[in-house]
Amino acid sequence: MTTSLESTFPLEVATARSRFPIHVAVFLTPALLIYSVFSIYPLVDTIRLSLYASDQTGAQHFVGLVNFQTLLTDPAWSVHFWNALRNNLIFFAIHMVVQNGIGLGLAMLLSLPRLTGGNIYRTLIFLPTMLSVVIIGFVWQLILNPLWGIAPNLLKAVGLGSLFGPWLGQESTALITISLISVWQFVGIPMMLIYAALINIPDDLLDAATVDGAGPFSIFWFVRLPLILPTLGVVSILTFVANFNAFDLIYAVKGALAGPNFSTDILGTFFYRTFFGYQLQVGSPTMGATVATAMLIIILMGVLIYLFGVQRRLQRQMF
Amino acid sequence: MILLETKTILRRTRFLLAAASVAASTLAFASAVSAQTLTIESWRNDDADVWNNQIIPAFNKKYPNIKVQFKADPPTEYNAALNARLAGGTAGDLITCRPFDASLDLFKKGQLIAVNDVKGIENFSDVAKSAWSTDDGKTTFCMPMASVIHGFIYNKAIFDELKLVPPKTVAEFHAVLDKIKADGKYTPIAMGTADQWEAATMGFQNIGVNYWKGEEGRKALIEGKQKFTDPAYVQTFAELASWAPYMGDGFKSQKYPDTQNLFTLGRAAIYPAGSWDIPIFRKQADFEFDAFAPPVSDASGKCYISDHTDIALGINAKSKNVEAAKTFLSWIASSEFADIYANALPGFFPLTKEKVTVKDPVAAKFVGWRGTCESSIRNSYQILSRGTPNLENELWNVSAQVLNGTMKPEEAAKKAEDGLAGWYEPHKK
Repeated sequence: MTTSLESTFPLEVATARSRFPIHVAVFLTPALLIYSVFSIYPLVDTIRLSLYASDQTGAQHFVGLVNFQTLLTDPAWSVHFWNALRNNLIFFAIHMVVQNGIGLGLAMLLSLPRLTGGNIYRTLIFLPTMLSVVIIGFVWQLILNPLWGIAPNLLKAVGLGSLFGPWLGQESTALITISLISVWQFVGIPMMLIYAALINIPDDLLDAATVDGAGPFSIFWFVRLPLILPTLGVVSILTFVANFNAFDLIYAVKGALAGPNFSTDILGTFFYRTFFGYQLQVGSPTMGATVATAMLIIILMGVLIYLFGVQRRLQRQMF
Repeated sequence: MILLETKTILRRTRFLLAAASVAASTLAFASAVSAQTLTIESWRNDDADVWNNQIIPAFNKKYPNIKVQFKADPPTEYNAALNARLAGGTAGDLITCRPFDASLDLFKKGQLIAVNDVKGIENFSDVAKSAWSTDDGKTTFCMPMASVIHGFIYNKAIFDELKLVPPKTVAEFHAVLDKIKADGKYTPIAMGTADQWEAATMGFQNIGVNYWKGEEGRKALIEGKQKFTDPAYVQTFAELASWAPYMGDGFKSQKYPDTQNLFTLGRAAIYPAGSWDIPIFRKQADFEFDAFAPPVSDASGKCYISDHTDIALGINAKSKNVEAAKTFLSWIASSEFADIYANALPGFFPLTKEKVTVKDPVAAKFVGWRGTCESSIRNSYQILSRGTPNLENELWNVSAQVLNGTMKPEEAAKKAEDGLAGWYEPHKK
């Protein structure tokens, strides 16, 4: 029927096809509107603001890329910027290795066929993710408190009291400690995502591998891991974006000055200090916007590397 | 959940916007009902009760037609929240002023009005007004309210038990510390470095005034005649560094509330204090405590105290009730307010020239030092924290590092000086 119509009235069909598909617009508009007002506009305006500077009266004038030059070359700014970036990379590396590593391990354990109480473990491990960071920060500060925390007493009880230190207060350990607290909180997310991917693998494949004589290790390495690689990729990119936007836990535990000696300062806290100011430091919206734009560029680069470098290859491997 | 984490900053801004719009609608509503409602913006959320139950009722006895609301943000969020509300035109009529540049900045942006013509401003000395005046001293934009004084609060029970006498000189101070440490039952000094500001304010600024001779050194520093690398400042850092062995286990991750608890639980003997701690200790400590002034190197010489102008009240330039706000400010300048404030919040000392009786004995002792020692304000507050790097933040950082042992006193002094020389002309030579 259709074919006959098309062949009989080709012109009319062509106009019908080229007519604007109103339903697409209807469905897209609400989302596009909200997204534009609350995401795209602030983003573009931030980039615009980063090209301005303000004088004493608060009036803003265009300065081009001067703010970026200051941020990257003036020692008063660049030292803090590079320090924040380095700390952020360490923060990210710890999450990648520890959080995603443990997440993968937990997901493997959860997907064991004869595991009892799997739901309970899953819920318990996921629980901290749903708590407020302020609570997480408060609880861990109490646990690790050298004066009345339970960590020093627990260590003493097993004869390891000498190992305890004021971990959150030492330059050498503060960042690692905070990273591990964050790992503890968010380990549920990679676990859930990877677990979902693991239970999606058809049993036939695993059975076939077993029949072919593969041991548990070979099955993991050659069957399961390649099949969950796309999920691991998604987990990595989520971790990357989350870590480079992180702010709240460090603000809650160490304050915006991210001590000691800025050893826990990451881009988020650096941005906060610059934009809102801190104590006697008066905030600078324009310089803050510059830091925010730099963060955007860093995140964008990471995501692009992932999209073009990693994800494409992953898909090629799948098909 | 990860999404939640990524959106935090955005969420904060939105929260501010939301708070601002709520405030805006309340204000709009309030002004529709009565043109005489004043809203006070403040960071003193601890004092809300005192304002609502004592100060505002006392004001209303005299001026029943002016309603006053007290609205406070947490101290760490106040500056950011206030700036957002001022920019959005939704801030309250009366703005509690931080000292020096934070408020000067608001005045320069035209967000605060001059209060030179407000009745009662004549009750304040130039020093009291300096924190809220333009650099030339001609225009004052906030009515001074109170200052805070540094010193040391000690646990009397512990001092009696160990038969100790409050020290006057640095040598005596160390002898007392040694005795408490030798006894081993109590932590000699309650202080932590996790929050950093404790080290700078309760440590460096508290004892430093005796080394750089108060105002003399502070002004010389501003004029560029003294540098942080001068002996007075290096010695202050060195004295601070010598406290580390007397501080509690794990002081590196001890925060301000930990420090307060350590003292009020009777586990520490000496607490390097700000006078604002007094009302909190009155509530929490079940032992007697007293205070001694920052130790001097030579008992026969002059002594100095950090008597820091801390809090004032200004008028929002966009307020619709400027006349009512001025009436409130002149009342703030009166001795009636000073009396209520000083005794409801012992530890915040009115700056007025008129005589005020402080009833709390420990607070009275603090304020009594004004008669025997010379007052000065914190040296990083006026002009010197205008540039990048911010001197106050630098002092927090290096003071904490000196105590943590990750920096030598000379290095700390050099870092503070280098930062200052980076942007401040008089120090570039």
